[in-house]
Amino acid sequence: MGQAAAETFPDLPPDQPEAIRIDDLRKSFGMIEVLRGVSLRACEGDVVAIIGGSGSGKSTLLRCINFLETPTSGRIVIGGEEIALRPDGTPASRRQIERARRSLGMVFQQFNLWSHRTILENLIEVPVHVLGVPRTEAVARAMSLLTRVGLAEKAGAYPAFLSGGQQQRAAIARALAIDPRAMLFDEPTSALDPELVGEVLNVIRDLAAEGRTMILVTHEMNFAREVASHVIYLHNGVIEEQGPPASLFGAPRSDRLKKFLKSVS
Amino acid sequence: MEGLITASGLGPALDLLALSPPGWGGNLLRGLVNSMQIALGAFGLGLLIGLLGAYGKLYGGPVIRDLLAVYTTIVRAVPELILILILYFAVTDALNQFLVAQGYGRIQISGVVAGIAVLGVVQGAYATEVLRGAILAVPAGQIEAARAFGMPPLMLARRITLPAMLAFALPGLANLWLIATKDTALLAVVGFGELTLETRQAAGSTKAYFTFFVAAGLLYLLISLISGRVFGWLERRARRGEPGAGGGGR
Repeated sequence: MGQAAAETFPDLPPDQPEAIRIDDLRKSFGMIEVLRGVSLRACEGDVVAIIGGSGSGKSTLLRCINFLETPTSGRIVIGGEEIALRPDGTPASRRQIERARRSLGMVFQQFNLWSHRTILENLIEVPVHVLGVPRTEAVARAMSLLTRVGLAEKAGAYPAFLSGGQQQRAAIARALAIDPRAMLFDEPTSALDPELVGEVLNVIRDLAAEGRTMILVTHEMNFAREVASHVIYLHNGVIEEQGPPASLFGAPRSDRLKKFLKSVS
Repeated sequence: MEGLITASGLGPALDLLALSPPGWGGNLLRGLVNSMQIALGAFGLGLLIGLLGAYGKLYGGPVIRDLLAVYTTIVRAVPELILILILYFAVTDALNQFLVAQGYGRIQISGVVAGIAVLGVVQGAYATEVLRGAILAVPAGQIEAARAFGMPPLMLARRITLPAMLAFALPGLANLWLIATKDTALLAVVGFGELTLETRQAAGSTKAYFTFFVAAGLLYLLISLISGRVFGWLERRARRGEPGAGGGGR
């Protein structure tokens, strides 16, 4: 695990400002150590894909970035601002966490749209009430985002009346509505019927193409290979191997990764 | 119309129920207004206590949770009538002894205030459990999503958790409201002039027991019917995001 912490990031362009940086992150649930010293860096415009088997800690890693899980120890720097942690890993300041979260657009496996609000209301909720954007401005922006993900005519519908793919596209639009510094995707297509996966991946592909910073936990290996600028293979809470997608998928070095790639293809 | 009433023998009964003396209808309506005042106040106070109680039970520390457990257990275990007698007489007495010891004069607690306080404390214990269950029924992911977007806790409760839990809470709250309207009758034992006491007095004075108690029963029924409509509308509104939801208030 020391190897993971010491690993450098030779493939990342050094001239871009750093969006997210994680140093030696550890997370235990009771006696079980789920993350055992993981370091990660994403500069502006990077698409970092995190892959790994179930129980490898990849979702936990993503959820630690915006403190939906409280790390046990480690350093997290978001947009150049280090999150102050107490010795036990809990955040020292709720306000600082909230500020950091407002710059990170999270997309969940289960969409998690607010079911008592329409799609449009879902999109303007955080801009209007948390960020203080004037309502008309927020609505205009929300409508253009909905148009972009192909859901303009669903603006007045409630989430339960949409298909899974539509809900996930709306959830991506909701995350974009806060104009985030980086997007966090937690297995965005894992809860979808196979025929709906494509429409969601298309939206994410577009975002990657326009240079959005993204950290993406995914089971879609072909997609990770296509959109990622950097791929991290996590196994048992440590980074087993990482690098540009071409080398990681094309010429995996570790036996575990070879076996993993064989098992999912 | 006139002839029909005479033929049915309802004439004397309607005379007794006339709104102005010598009819007793005005007294009954005054009692009804008093009852509704207390029911509304108690229900509102109960909601407030219930909300704080539910959040305390869900997110409070061990001491708060234990205190709330004692509160909900005792209040729900002891008959309302006994609680009313305890709170009305014992608490008033204790308060007055305290005031006298501090050098103040005795006070007379008004029936309305006492009724609202007593029934509100009872309602609060039940509302705590209704709201706790409803909050737990809100999908955790929706609360997590709000946290992930940096929503502060109070705003999260107001904008996400409370509106989302309303659909789950309303059937239980409708029950509590109906119980509140009828529990007001218990305040007759402490001499408060709500609908049941007014009815008893009217019936006792005229010996027309049947007429007055049927009339009071109809008034309680009317309240229930109207309440059912209102709660049905509220529940349909709270469930507007759910496909094929319905049945509220029917």
